[in-house]
Amino acid sequence: MDAPVQPEHDNVGVESAMKAAIVVFPGTNREVDMKDAFERVGASAVMAWHGDAEVPDCDLIVLPGGFAYGDYLRCGAMAAHSPIMKDVVKKANAGQPVLGVCNGFQTLIEARLLPGALLKNASLAFVCRDVHLRLEHAVKPLTGNLAEGDVIRVPVAHGDGNYFADAEMLKRLEGDGRIVFRYVAGPGEPDTRANPNGSTADIAGIVNDKGNVLGMMPHPEDATGPRQQSLDAVPLFAGIVEALS
Amino acid sequence: MKARVHITLKHGVLDPQGKAIGHALGSLGFEGVGDVRQGKVIELELAENDEAKARAEVEQMCQKLLANTVIENYAIELQA
Repeated sequence: MDAPVQPEHDNVGVESAMKAAIVVFPGTNREVDMKDAFERVGASAVMAWHGDAEVPDCDLIVLPGGFAYGDYLRCGAMAAHSPIMKDVVKKANAGQPVLGVCNGFQTLIEARLLPGALLKNASLAFVCRDVHLRLEHAVKPLTGNLAEGDVIRVPVAHGDGNYFADAEMLKRLEGDGRIVFRYVAGPGEPDTRANPNGSTADIAGIVNDKGNVLGMMPHPEDATGPRQQSLDAVPLFAGIVEALS
Repeated sequence: MKARVHITLKHGVLDPQGKAIGHALGSLGFEGVGDVRQGKVIELELAENDEAKARAEVEQMCQKLLANTVIENYAIELQA
């Protein structure tokens, strides 16, 4: 007899599959894209509300994109002080993998899990388009199956993604191999088109000193499935899930 | 007691909004405007009436939330 056909997103019975907890703040809007991206590669994902005291038991904590608390004061500033973040910081410091994308990256910076700051885009304009990223340093498990030097096409959508670090911090990030993703020109594109926001040293994503907290402005979750313009980020998600399952 | 916190970008931090304001002033005919920097002012009403204690408290607020000290300076002004 033929085995029953499993629905594509059904992880019932796959007990070892990685579980992601996606933190949702008021104003977060990319949580479903993130959930879809993980489910497409066999993981399960639960939403965690910002007002909760604890992140549910999981293998990976994800802070998705959006406009938490309307970006009041500074992007991510309010979110960084919401109740659940105390537990996120505690778990991050204990070594649990944490991924922050876009507004999630801003929140990780405001929570001081990552150094530097994200300023208004140099153009002052909200930028929403595809960019190309080069993986500068593979950091397991968070960069998944991407190999150093790989260039992927993923979208950005932000008004405040202009990464800033002072000269001393920049030197440390560079020296310690903590600059994970850089904006690069795509095939046939002029170099001037590579960096969408004026980021220092074309920085698109960095990790903390232990390598378990990754923040990036572009949206890899939106380059993983049907009706998205690129599938380039599938190896990233697939690799994370393989490593953490 | 009232406190007024002035938050400004540190020197060396690019301020594209300040630049845009400078350009707009130029196009309105205001000549001779040099560098323009934009900041923010936050006004707080405090229960504390002791100036030293109030200043210490607002200092903590600035460090923890009101300013991002990686890129911003702050100055505290107290009014009885």
